[in-house]
Amino acid sequence: MIDKTTLWIVIIGLGLGSFFLRFVFTGLVGHRAMPAWLLRHLRYTAVAVLPALVAPQVLWPSATSGETDPARLAAAATTFAVGLITKSVLAAMLSGATVLYSVLYLLG
Amino acid sequence: MTSTTSKSAYLRGLGDAAPFILVVIPFSMLFGIVSVEAGLSVVETFAFSFLVIAGAAQFTALQLLQEEAPTFIVLASALAVNLRMAMYSASLTPYIGAAPIWQRALAAYLTVDQSYILAIAKFEKEPQMTVPQRMGYFFGAVTPVAVLWYAGTLTGAVIGAQVPDSWALDFAIPITFLAMIAPMFRTLAHVVAAFVAVVVSLLAVDVPYSLGIIIAGAIGMVAGAQCEWWMERRKGGAS
Repeated sequence: MIDKTTLWIVIIGLGLGSFFLRFVFTGLVGHRAMPAWLLRHLRYTAVAVLPALVAPQVLWPSATSGETDPARLAAAATTFAVGLITKSVLAAMLSGATVLYSVLYLLG
Repeated sequence: MTSTTSKSAYLRGLGDAAPFILVVIPFSMLFGIVSVEAGLSVVETFAFSFLVIAGAAQFTALQLLQEEAPTFIVLASALAVNLRMAMYSASLTPYIGAAPIWQRALAAYLTVDQSYILAIAKFEKEPQMTVPQRMGYFFGAVTPVAVLWYAGTLTGAVIGAQVPDSWALDFAIPITFLAMIAPMFRTLAHVVAAFVAVVVSLLAVDVPYSLGIIIAGAIGMVAGAQCEWWMERRKGGAS
């Protein structure tokens, strides 16, 4: 069970921290230019952090006690491939969900 | 400031954001459902979405809370996921940096993937837009997303207790993230950043408290930046 104090610290801390991240340049930098090297790194934040987060969950899902699961692996591959080809978040999510449930049903 | 033109810009933003309704409703309901499944109350779940208003970071925090990671790690990992908001903020600054401070503060709170992507595309395409028009467009583009984010979270939290385990909801988060990342791969540098981050993340999977994610993310960002720099130099040398 999640501790309630911890939870509220996280909710409020994450709220304030996220606001700071969103406000730091529009609010505090204004018209001043930012160093090119910083922008260059910031451009890759999303494509680095999110795959790093997802990769272990895809290969070793906690729901199967860390055992590689064909349904989840197939669903992840499908989602990524469809997203890459169609550039549509919705199409990717729907395809991934369809494959996940189809394979779970077939193997279940 | 002419209120007529900023009002019509608001309406244009509203119209352009309409397709996002299809994505935001299931995603926000999912957060409500997963959050209640994790033991949060309806009020806590709604406060989470209202104060943070960032799906990927909220899911990350929720997952690490369930794994009983230390508070600092939960915050650091979720904020690392939200670091791209600083990039959005940086990229919006030349366009809306001259707006009144209260408008910039409100826009900061409402900076999400959808509002940023719509707004920056519009601002680049129509450089003659005035600052009030840009703000109007931005707020229009984010209105449906924000309203549905709150409403969907609440709805998901209320119906959440009735969702059976066999729905494999644990995997909704990876699927959502993969679907969100895939369309972002535009250059070789994006591929390199993601590939390096994934390899490091898998190697660092035994690093305690999910710190591996931050390490992998940082190394992936450096790899992407290096690759971009290398490609630019190569292009510059060739021309």
